[in-house]
Amino acid sequence: MPTVHFSSGSGCQAFTGGQSEVEVEATTFRRLVLELEQRFPGLGKQVEEGMAVAIDGEIFQDAYHAELKAGSEIYLIPKIAGG
Amino acid sequence: MNYVASDLKVVGTRPVRPDGVDKVTGRAVFAADTRAAGMLWGKIKRSPHAHARILSIDTSKAAALPGVKAVVTAADFPDIPSEEAFVGEGPMNFRDLALNVMARSKALYEGHAIAAVAATTQEIADRALELIDVQYEVLPFVIDVEAAMAPDAPILHDDLFTAGVNPKAEKPSNIAKVVTFKKGDVEAGFKDAEVVVEGRYTTQPVHQAYIEPHACLASYQPDGQVSIHASSQGHFMVRAYTAKLLGMDMANIRVNPAEIGGGFGGKTLIYLEPVAVALSKKAGRPVKIQMTREEVFRGSGPTSGATVEVKIGAKKDGTIVAAQQVLKYQAGAFPGSPIGPGCMCGFAMYDLPNVDVVGYDVVSNRPKVAAYRAPGAPITSFAVESAIDDLARKLGMDPLTLREKNAAKNGTKTHYGPVHQNIGFTAVLDAVKAHPHWKTPVKDGQGRGLAVGFWFNIGGESTATVHVNEDGSVTVATGSPDIGGSRASMGMMVAEVLGIDVARVKATVADTASIGFTHLTGGSRVTFATGMAATQAAEKVVDDLKKRAAATWEIPVEAVEWKDGKAYPAGSNAGAFEPLDLAALALKAARTGGPIVAEVSVNAQGAGAGFGAHICDVSVDKETGHVTIERYTAVQDVGRAIHPSYVEGQIQGGAAQGIGWALNEEYIYNAKGQMENPGFLDYRVPVASDVPMIEAVLVEVPNPRHPFGVRGVGEVPIVPPMAAIGNAIKSATGVRMPDLPMSPPKVRAALDAAG
Amino acid sequence: MAKQHVTAVINGEETEFLCETQQTMLDVLRDVIGLTGSKEGCASGDCGACSVIVDGRLVCSCLMLGVEAEGKTITTIEGVADGETLHPVQQKFLEHAALQCGFCTPGLIVAAKALLDENPNPTETEARYWLAGNLCRCTGYDKVIRAVMDAAAVMRGEAAR
Repeated sequence: MPTVHFSSGSGCQAFTGGQSEVEVEATTFRRLVLELEQRFPGLGKQVEEGMAVAIDGEIFQDAYHAELKAGSEIYLIPKIAGG
Repeated sequence: MNYVASDLKVVGTRPVRPDGVDKVTGRAVFAADTRAAGMLWGKIKRSPHAHARILSIDTSKAAALPGVKAVVTAADFPDIPSEEAFVGEGPMNFRDLALNVMARSKALYEGHAIAAVAATTQEIADRALELIDVQYEVLPFVIDVEAAMAPDAPILHDDLFTAGVNPKAEKPSNIAKVVTFKKGDVEAGFKDAEVVVEGRYTTQPVHQAYIEPHACLASYQPDGQVSIHASSQGHFMVRAYTAKLLGMDMANIRVNPAEIGGGFGGKTLIYLEPVAVALSKKAGRPVKIQMTREEVFRGSGPTSGATVEVKIGAKKDGTIVAAQQVLKYQAGAFPGSPIGPGCMCGFAMYDLPNVDVVGYDVVSNRPKVAAYRAPGAPITSFAVESAIDDLARKLGMDPLTLREKNAAKNGTKTHYGPVHQNIGFTAVLDAVKAHPHWKTPVKDGQGRGLAVGFWFNIGGESTATVHVNEDGSVTVATGSPDIGGSRASMGMMVAEVLGIDVARVKATVADTASIGFTHLTGGSRVTFATGMAATQAAEKVVDDLKKRAAATWEIPVEAVEWKDGKAYPAGSNAGAFEPLDLAALALKAARTGGPIVAEVSVNAQGAGAGFGAHICDVSVDKETGHVTIERYTAVQDVGRAIHPSYVEGQIQGGAAQGIGWALNEEYIYNAKGQMENPGFLDYRVPVASDVPMIEAVLVEVPNPRHPFGVRGVGEVPIVPPMAAIGNAIKSATGVRMPDLPMSPPKVRAALDAAG
Repeated sequence: MAKQHVTAVINGEETEFLCETQQTMLDVLRDVIGLTGSKEGCASGDCGACSVIVDGRLVCSCLMLGVEAEGKTITTIEGVADGETLHPVQQKFLEHAALQCGFCTPGLIVAAKALLDENPNPTETEARYWLAGNLCRCTGYDKVIRAVMDAAAVMRGEAAR
């Protein structure tokens, strides 16, 4: 199952009660967000609106269809703005 | 298709840009150059106080002045609730943006917009501003970031509670959020270290200082349709934000992208457009607003000032085993400093086992911070790269060797999670090592500094349309405002795919009603993402052209090939037909299916990260403290340079901004929290005599996710200069300058203190 | 107060205009005559984006009153090219990619023309100090100086156009 890592800076730990790592059953990023919202109400919205996600190393700013594999490592990081 | 290994005819050459003649003859139209019949001049009244409650605003005398056609205050705008932006690059809260555009109950910084007028002449508008009577209750203010964090600091927002802390915050604070990133065990790492360096660094707010002040022309028609000409990095953003702040439908707003005179991130949000539209609606006439230079400094976002503490531990052989940072960034009057990237970028170029980074986003009574070229990264790298330099000295190691030893490579896991892929950092360091500047001994009386930098670069949504005109010439229209010559590279990529002379391709920037949605120009994204859309659109056109040739020749489309701008029968079996070029196919377009057009929209993923390394030689006048840049070389992995001159230009321009940030630029405040140097005389940006030729070395490690291998280039070059110069000053004088800017009085004082 | 009537030669043509006494020459060029090539970057004579040539002298038009133009000969960016033929400075700016956003470009080109009219063979240092009054935030000045030096060589007949 893919593992999602929350840095405390992502503001996500407030929703997970301090948990910094969680395994989620999902094959796409969209499903992952829905699962996170179900498990930790408010978290899915937070992730969708405020975060960029790195799936196995690659940063996605937004991509429902991004595929997750069985052992995928997912990191939630602040959305990156440019100048 | 992927063109990375191909033999390219256009990409990599240096044609004259399509909009070039307009720009060198003064014909190019910038926002302030636009005019409309019956146009009025809009002007904005701004708070003279750094922090004050607005008790009342009496506009009656102003409204009564002959020539004044409209006056607005926050009462003329909807009071919108807190909501995160969905089209901005984030972080952007719409309520904060609205309050920044026009203050409601409080003035939060000197320069904060309080009211606005529209009048028949600029002079009448200025007089009208003076007639607006604002009653303030002046409040204590706080400017400095650590002072703003103190428990007894004046609080800017009663409803701001620190996010990211456990337990949840109960009292309002100026600390908007705390961000942390951890990897491994930094305490164990430091126990294991044989050499430790520490440093505390401070930076001042600096402004993007684009030479063109913000300007717009807005026209509200009686049928509720709004037309705006804006100086902006993103006209779709202007449309969305303006609609939001006015409570209007986006469909009723059309934004025309004027040429833009510099942005660097400072024009990725809005200040004027909702005000101009509101005035236009009230007056029933078009309204132009242009900021004065003073207003640009007082009323638009510089980047954060900051305090950064760094601690790095290493083994005697130079392997870094522990790295720690505490960063405090000012956000200005509303939350949203680039603290996230600040926390991520400082150590991103190193392979570190144990890292601990904590960052604070802090509000204070100064203009709301706006993005500035690689937002957050220059500040953190000034600190880290100075500390790494100190570490090299303590270890007795060459600074390049120390960086090589700890360099991030493909597969290196960053401290914020993602793993580096397809990066060119090692190639950059190799290029430094091989460069004549690095190999030339430092001249007597001079010092040399090295520093490296990183930026993520972004992709995102872009739309491009390619169409073939009836004469066989081609137009490529995109939604990306051109701030650095991107029209040239759009045309070149399309010309390459079509196999034609780039002079036959015109590249334009289309308005919001004429092209599909395109995310703003920033984040070093245009050549990557919009280029991807343009390339794919051109490929679709080629497919279409092949179909039409097939129809003309009555052969299957698989039997047609496209080469050098012509359709050919593929092999002698297909038939002995004369090749058909674009002009011939365009001539018969109606008969073969209709207009030859393709539009592609992408949400480009896979933006390649950028790495740079700068070498700087300086001499320091020990009497005046003046630092002269004697030689400057900027090496950068650019993926693939579509138009090398414009890639070099980005690197040279970014380096020059970094040089200004390092040596002179800063906001200077008086005891009342008012900016004392809101002009180019005393806010000293580099002039032609301040810098030597800046050699830009283009290293090309292609990004496999872009058809031509492109990486964003515009932001990386502003990241290394401050530390490169600080390290060069240390090399020349033995003195470490931890506080920016390293201006003559500061350098002289540091030299005196060192004895 | 009534507007003032002024007659000047602008880009080779006798031009009459009306202006208020407090209007700067830059305001007049842009808002009265309609020559928007000269830009306002600071209105305090610090950025050079409004550079024009008045009776052979390089001037910030934001530091000059419109009424001071009476009887003077003025060249703006719009008058630098000779009809369809670009001035060597303009041509070299294009070839060297010495512009990015293009906002400071009119002022820089006028200033460079004024330099080469006075000193056809400047050193790099002389060019940099002459142009120190023209701020550019995009280019770092590298390609600008190369373009000016190259244009100077063309004008001296030492290099091909």
